[in-house]
Amino acid sequence: MLRAEAPSLIGTSGDSLREAFGKALSALADEFPKLVVLDADIAGGTGVHHFRKSHPERFLQFGIAEQNMMAAAGGLAATGLLPVVTTFAVFCLRAVEQARLSLAYARRNAKIVASHPGIDVGPDGGSAQALEDLAAFRAIPGMTVISPADPIETALATRAILEFEGPVYMRTGRSPAKRVFGDDHRFEIGKGCIVRDGSDLTIVACGVEVARALEAAETLAKENISARVVNMATIKPIDRELLSQCARETGAMVTAEDHNIYGGLGGAVAEALAATTPCPIEFVGVRDTFGASGEPEELAVAFGIGSGAIAQAARKVLTRKGKS
Amino acid sequence: MSPSAQRIEAPDAIAADIARAARFTRKHVIASIYHAGSGHPGGALSCADILASQFGAEHNVRPDNTTDPQRDRFVLSKGHAAPALYAIAAHHGFCDARAALALRKLGSPFQGHPHVLDLPWVESSTGSLGQGFSVALGMAMGLKLQNSTARAYALLGDGELQEGEVWEAAMCAAHHRLDNLCAIIDYNKLQSDDRNDAIMRLEPLAAKWRAFDWAVAEIDGHDIGQILAALRRAAATQGRPAIIIAHTIKGKGVPYMENIPHWHGSVKLTREQAEDALRALGAARDEIKELLDVAR
Repeated sequence: MLRAEAPSLIGTSGDSLREAFGKALSALADEFPKLVVLDADIAGGTGVHHFRKSHPERFLQFGIAEQNMMAAAGGLAATGLLPVVTTFAVFCLRAVEQARLSLAYARRNAKIVASHPGIDVGPDGGSAQALEDLAAFRAIPGMTVISPADPIETALATRAILEFEGPVYMRTGRSPAKRVFGDDHRFEIGKGCIVRDGSDLTIVACGVEVARALEAAETLAKENISARVVNMATIKPIDRELLSQCARETGAMVTAEDHNIYGGLGGAVAEALAATTPCPIEFVGVRDTFGASGEPEELAVAFGIGSGAIAQAARKVLTRKGKS
Repeated sequence: MSPSAQRIEAPDAIAADIARAARFTRKHVIASIYHAGSGHPGGALSCADILASQFGAEHNVRPDNTTDPQRDRFVLSKGHAAPALYAIAAHHGFCDARAALALRKLGSPFQGHPHVLDLPWVESSTGSLGQGFSVALGMAMGLKLQNSTARAYALLGDGELQEGEVWEAAMCAAHHRLDNLCAIIDYNKLQSDDRNDAIMRLEPLAAKWRAFDWAVAEIDGHDIGQILAALRRAAATQGRPAIIIAHTIKGKGVPYMENIPHWHGSVKLTREQAEDALRALGAARDEIKELLDVAR
């Protein structure tokens, strides 16, 4: 599945990952009659206002009380329903322990879908920008963790998590998203995919960073650096096979995520490769600090997760690979 | 604190069966905690009559229908009282009583706190206070959504009410008019470190729940007639959830434990302490030997 074409920006409002998720959920509701959607008074923000409108009888309002909502999802699942908990990523952190005990430990078939992850949140500022959620949920045994890259993949992943048996944490996104994939894109939980081929190094990205990684690859191409770009939408379980293959074939890695450099995609990639195919890795992410107010693109530059930072990390990792 | 509930006698035979089950539960609790070398006896003993009443008369679950979608759901939200849950379950044939003495042992399904994947009749994994109540709420909501007449019950500790999640759930259950949800508070007045009053005051407790628009009953949690009557009234309540504030004595039935906070915490019982407790609970010499000398 090779894709070399440059990404193009499509639309503005309505093409965020959260909107793609909300529309997909609504469209899938009839196919999944046990589906119920849980909200903590931010349906307008998470995209599930679409579901509230289309299927009000299966839309469950919990008020601004995420701990109760998260644990109640365990009870709903125990009666055979298919609950999807929706809130902002930062408020999922508030209920991590409920997700741990009442969902994952009990192996409930419940899904958590978090909008507003990372500095992609923008103007709301540091308090609202979850940079720890991938690490926190990845550390919970049995929890599958997904961060799709664009609206198409988000819609496909929405179906995939409803079909999947077991607890899942999935990120969407607040800001208008760049489109990476065509309508023929396929998504499978646990499988990464090469979106642009290259031979000098591999950039492994998730979420909004996939589009930025493609931009970086374009920049690098002008310098005669051939960068492969992998979309690693499933952070757990990570696609170790694809990572090993890329490490063998390109010999150097850059990871890119809108998350703390600790414990998220970069951590998962490093853990997998250290055990199988060690190679130099550079980590692009927010460097163990909190975010701030600003527009997403300017924040990406300010916090070192823009396409320029990815290209710079690529140049650096190549020097470590022994090629300057 | 005098119970306001009108005393309604259960039919004698049922009440006698429940009293017997409660006695069995208390003795089994002491024996399993003795064998484990750790565990929380105080709060397990205080809720024995409530559990015995729930399992003996109220909910419709039997060992052969633990997967029936129409079964009532019981969640032990105060998960540290697991030994009492295991004991009453053993009494009713959900598990083997002797096997359940292997409490807190590696490889045993009888963990320190109940786990749904270990024991098929456990309805929810608990042990982090507040969560079981929310899970029971979710069950009540799910049952209603699927037009089931089954009911959901949660047994909470009093110290547990200090968790904010409990009040999130209290508001939510009333808002959604979950009249198929019944919470029972094992109000033994003591928590891990000290009296509730000294740690974080709960009173006026009934007024709090009334203010949250719950149907409130306040009873003597060791009076089986009152427990059964309150459970029946709760089941008949329409349009809002019901709560039974059951006044209990921590360590009930074992004089040296009663009302002493020390016996809340995870403790190691000596052979002598276990024998004293079992004697106080009416166990004969042979029964004590059988419970404490069981081959492990």
